Amino acid sequence: MSVLLYLIPISMLLGGIGLLAFFWALKSKQFDDPDGNASRILIEDEDIQSEN
Amino acid sequence: MTAACPACSAMSSEQINHIVESIHQSEFSIPTVHCAACISAIERGIGKLEGVTAVRVNLSMKRATVHHNGQPRIDDAILDRLVNLGFDAQPLDRKMLNKNKDDVAFGLLIRLGVSGFAAMNVMLLSVSVWAGADGATRDFLHWVSAAIALPTVAYASQPFFKNAWAALSAKRLNMDVPISLAILMAVALSLYETIHSGRHAYFDAALSLTFFLLAGRFLDHQTRAKARSAAVELSALEMPTAQRMQDGIVETVDVEKLNIGDRVLIRRGARIPVDGVVAEGRSELDMSLITGETMPHVVKIGDPVYSGTINMAAPFQVDVTQIGNGTKLAEITALVASAETLKTKYTTLADRAAQIYAPVVHLLALAAFVFWQLWTGDTRLAVGIATAVLIITCPCALGLAVPAVMTAASGRLFRSGVLIKDGSALERLVDVDTVVFDKTGTLTKGEMTVLSAPTGRALQIAASLAASSDHPQSRAILRHYGSNKLTAITDIIEHPGQGLEAKVDGRIVKLGRADWIGVSPKTDHVQSWLCIDGEQPVPFLFEDTLKDTAVATIKRLQARGLKVVMLSGDTQFATDQLALKLGVDQAIGGTLPDQKMAVVKSLGDHVLMVGDGLNDTAALASAYVSMSPATAIDAARAASDFVLIKDDLTLIDDCVSLSKSAKRRMLENFGIAAGYNAIAIPIALTGLATPLLAAVAMSASSICVSLNALRLKERS
Repeated sequence: MSVLLYLIPISMLLGGIGLLAFFWALKSKQFDDPDGNASRILIEDEDIQSEN
Repeated sequence: MTAACPACSAMSSEQINHIVESIHQSEFSIPTVHCAACISAIERGIGKLEGVTAVRVNLSMKRATVHHNGQPRIDDAILDRLVNLGFDAQPLDRKMLNKNKDDVAFGLLIRLGVSGFAAMNVMLLSVSVWAGADGATRDFLHWVSAAIALPTVAYASQPFFKNAWAALSAKRLNMDVPISLAILMAVALSLYETIHSGRHAYFDAALSLTFFLLAGRFLDHQTRAKARSAAVELSALEMPTAQRMQDGIVETVDVEKLNIGDRVLIRRGARIPVDGVVAEGRSELDMSLITGETMPHVVKIGDPVYSGTINMAAPFQVDVTQIGNGTKLAEITALVASAETLKTKYTTLADRAAQIYAPVVHLLALAAFVFWQLWTGDTRLAVGIATAVLIITCPCALGLAVPAVMTAASGRLFRSGVLIKDGSALERLVDVDTVVFDKTGTLTKGEMTVLSAPTGRALQIAASLAASSDHPQSRAILRHYGSNKLTAITDIIEHPGQGLEAKVDGRIVKLGRADWIGVSPKTDHVQSWLCIDGEQPVPFLFEDTLKDTAVATIKRLQARGLKVVMLSGDTQFATDQLALKLGVDQAIGGTLPDQKMAVVKSLGDHVLMVGDGLNDTAALASAYVSMSPATAIDAARAASDFVLIKDDLTLIDDCVSLSKSAKRRMLENFGIAAGYNAIAIPIALTGLATPLLAAVAMSASSICVSLNALRLKERS
């Protein structure tokens, strides 16, 4: 029983970190162009002239 | 607010730069971009242009954002470069795009994230309870669940509560009323049970309900937002500007800023932006978007011209006589508006399901409460069972049934080159029994090809003359001649709106209109005449070219058992000739815009209209479903449910077949949801439902429905 007292907060904390990571990804517009991001890994680095 | 020192409150140079940049920023729609190579070609190609500071291609939206220094005509330079790179592109009006910024999707995603997080945690705690925790441990777990669930429900379920409240205040019932009731009852009952150390708490059910329903709501919103942004994108496509002449200076201004009496320069190849009269110059106009006629129309000083027509021959000047509501375009717009009011409103499958669903669920829950209250006299038990009925019947699967299918379908259509502007259009397309095509510009390319021409020396001379002109008929002659050797010609004079004159071997030759050459024209044909000094004039006859996919499309549609009709503003003769080639079931020529609308109405209630011109717009608006090609004028695209971004008519048949399979998936999904309820409701009514059973049944049905929707994607 007492093990729950610290295990539950730890699990909530870990889940919370995941949630914050999701918010961060959302805020930094990482879901705006999923197709483009998937394709961009195929472009050679020196090909990219400009980046925002 | 706290006081700030002037240096802090002043904008940093970085901020100023950012603002300047965001002003000098252009958006382009590039429908053909589809891979990594396209992205790097565009970003490299545009990035090298002078004045461009940054380019970013968005592959999902098929758009490019270009930051530049705002020098005049940079948009034209970018467009030119894009065309040279092999991409069709259209500038987008940023004002329109910004209007469409949407924060609802963002809010829904955040809520989805929060409710997913909470649902998973509470589910973990609930598993311990179901595994046999009891006594103080169970109470403790219930309290922790309550601590997570209460704030989450209060935050994440707001969209449902708001909608339900709005419906109730209008004395109506919608899907959100039973949803809100189920969530609130589940939380209230669980809290009561937790306080009284009861066995069953439904915190996990309340949260997973919220999660699944938010997922459905989000998908639904995405589909609608995509449809809306398609509409906005289309209206942002045309940036109407005019070349105003003032004191000998030509400047580009917005059409809205023109006044009656202003003089406007119409360049060759440009679309005329206003109604007016020709003040100077002489040219030929392509009227096909307005009238459907392929025959070029000659205008000279004093002749009226209408907005939407295209200048084919020489630059000329127009005095503006009508602006705003007085124009031909506005007349047609009024006709479109009246057509839209006549149209019966379509009730979507989801709405029809909701109309049956909400009252049934409420009656069931009420009946369960009354029955158990009378039978046992135990109010706590009766409320518990009624709540279980509400939770079990809560339309998770129903809420996902349509949005999941629509998301899959519109995604697939977008990838193959079709924009859906109205979500219910796909459902309506299933019922279509007649397809009406406009002729010019829809089935044909609106581009001339030579039907008959002289051969030998005459052809060579004509082609050599034609090589010096951009006129569509000249280009057709040149294409017809191919890459054979041209002959030497001198002293070329272009007579705008009439023809070309030159010298070959010392003899004067003329290529142009029949009346200019001095012969009587052949009826019913687009034609040019060649006159070599001292010889009998010879005619070149032209016809409009069929699109490559036209015949195949009509065959496929007819194979489906659909009746195919062709409508045209062109002469009955020209229409009949083409009808023979295409094998359509019926061909009607010489129709005016309001007649087209009447024909569409007379063909029954389930007509699909495909058209591109201003003259089709009213017919498009009054048809049950409507489509237009990307080359259509903006009014036609605005009136259509589907826009074919790729110039491929077979997409029409693909849309029809996709709509049929989408409808099948939706009905299957309703079947799955109903089947699950048929099993679960009796269990809940008899008081045998437990939180575990509710959780398993709810998740299982939602997952089944989502997977079934995805099957649509795989069958391509």
